[in-house]
Amino acid sequence: MAAVRDASAVMAAPAQIVVDGVSHLYRPPRGRAVLALERVSLEVQNREFIALLGPSGCGKSTLLYLIGGFLPAETGAIRVDGNPVAGPGPDRGIVFQHFALFPWKTVRGNILYGLERQGMPREEREKRALDFIELVGLSGFEDSFPSQLSGGMRQRCAIARTLAFDPKILLMDEPFGALDAQTRGLMQSELLRIWQRTPKTVIFVTHDVQEAVYLADRVAVMSARPGRIKTIVDTKFDKTDPHVHKAKAFVEKVDELWDLVKDEALKAQGVRAP
Amino acid sequence: MKQVVRYLPLLLLAIAWELAARFELVSTTALPPLSDVIRAWIDLLKDGDLVSNGLSSLYRAFAGLGLAILVGATLGIVMAWWKPANVLLSPLVEMFYPLPKSALIPVTVIWLGYGDGSKILLIFLGCMLPVTIGAFNGARSSEQALVWSARSMGANRLRMLWDVVVPSAMPEMLNGVRTALALSFILLVSSELIVAQKGFGYLIGSLGANGSYDAMYAVVLTVAFLGFAADRIYLVITKRTLAWRE
Repeated sequence: MAAVRDASAVMAAPAQIVVDGVSHLYRPPRGRAVLALERVSLEVQNREFIALLGPSGCGKSTLLYLIGGFLPAETGAIRVDGNPVAGPGPDRGIVFQHFALFPWKTVRGNILYGLERQGMPREEREKRALDFIELVGLSGFEDSFPSQLSGGMRQRCAIARTLAFDPKILLMDEPFGALDAQTRGLMQSELLRIWQRTPKTVIFVTHDVQEAVYLADRVAVMSARPGRIKTIVDTKFDKTDPHVHKAKAFVEKVDELWDLVKDEALKAQGVRAP
Repeated sequence: MKQVVRYLPLLLLAIAWELAARFELVSTTALPPLSDVIRAWIDLLKDGDLVSNGLSSLYRAFAGLGLAILVGATLGIVMAWWKPANVLLSPLVEMFYPLPKSALIPVTVIWLGYGDGSKILLIFLGCMLPVTIGAFNGARSSEQALVWSARSMGANRLRMLWDVVVPSAMPEMLNGVRTALALSFILLVSSELIVAQKGFGYLIGSLGANGSYDAMYAVVLTVAFLGFAADRIYLVITKRTLAWRE
């Protein structure tokens, strides 16, 4: 038994992100503390695209913020490349649902900010900013303020800002949740296109089952109150196939995950599953 | 053209003033005709009284206001982001805020005498808190996601404070500065009226005491115009600074 375990440890590549028995107590300014996460463990491989799927209130964003180092892990441990997470750092870039662009900076200014903080020389960072503006299709809007852009353009700017300083890990917190359905679809394929060009480890939080199955290699389904990882499902499909949404295997995978999430959504609403 | 129409009531008021005084509907001591006031204003300008007193007043106002903005903004942001500062200072701010600052005129005179110092101190004390409160509220409303974004891009806490919290606080802080600007004129003139050897307030007081009412009115109108102009200029600057808000 011990020998088998050793063998598998040798064979598997060491995980880039290790979440080990993490619990998190959310203490609102008023009212009782809530157990947002309970003994969550998760391993994410280098350059893997993993989705955290679950109903709102299941703690999936909390888990993302813990990995980002924005919230302190009180119980359990989180390691990135073997080092315990002690705070936010430029090895982990984040994209938020509501974009979190600096409203007083232009598209260019927003993208330059991370490069300035990394101490990149002026000429190099100017060039890099333009490259990423082009990558996300915002050429011509370099000097626009976020308030002058549509939701989809803002999110593309936010993605460019995060990709530009080249984090190894991309944390995405329902990044397309605030967009209309058409824009969301376009952004999903655009994200995949960008991801294939600049492969990174991605942790993608969503409550949209189809989005999770389409984008991710693996989907971690989370349960609500307290937040736990219920199961992890493999969802590798050929992302370059434009008709992948209609493939039988894909549709079945979406149904399978829907069933898993539905119970949790009902529980989160306070309804007992039939 | 629109601007001209907008200020038409002002012109009507001026005409009514001139006519009321010319036809002696009111006592010309209480209200000298506007044309006399304008003549007196030109005389004051020619003999240099208006300019020398005006410059000394503006120096006091802007020195006091500048200090108030610098200290007030720093205080507000530190209070918003460092709890001990908030615990220590917010009771003082709450107590001191409603105090009519003109009550401090004699106090500042005892401390710093009849010259510039006491006026600058008074304006500083009177104008600081609106800026502090604006900066405090603005800084408290800075978005968590912006703070986190800056931190994840490699900004340390101090850097984040400067790059995210200060600009987030800017709109509310600039509102506080506008209030402070108006207050600075009020405190300036009232303190100079009471104890001063120079300045707009001193000039108004001494001209009134001599019975040169047309000249006195000329100075009052000058102060009114300067206050109005300062506010307009300030609004233009604010609009430029906050162009990103659309």
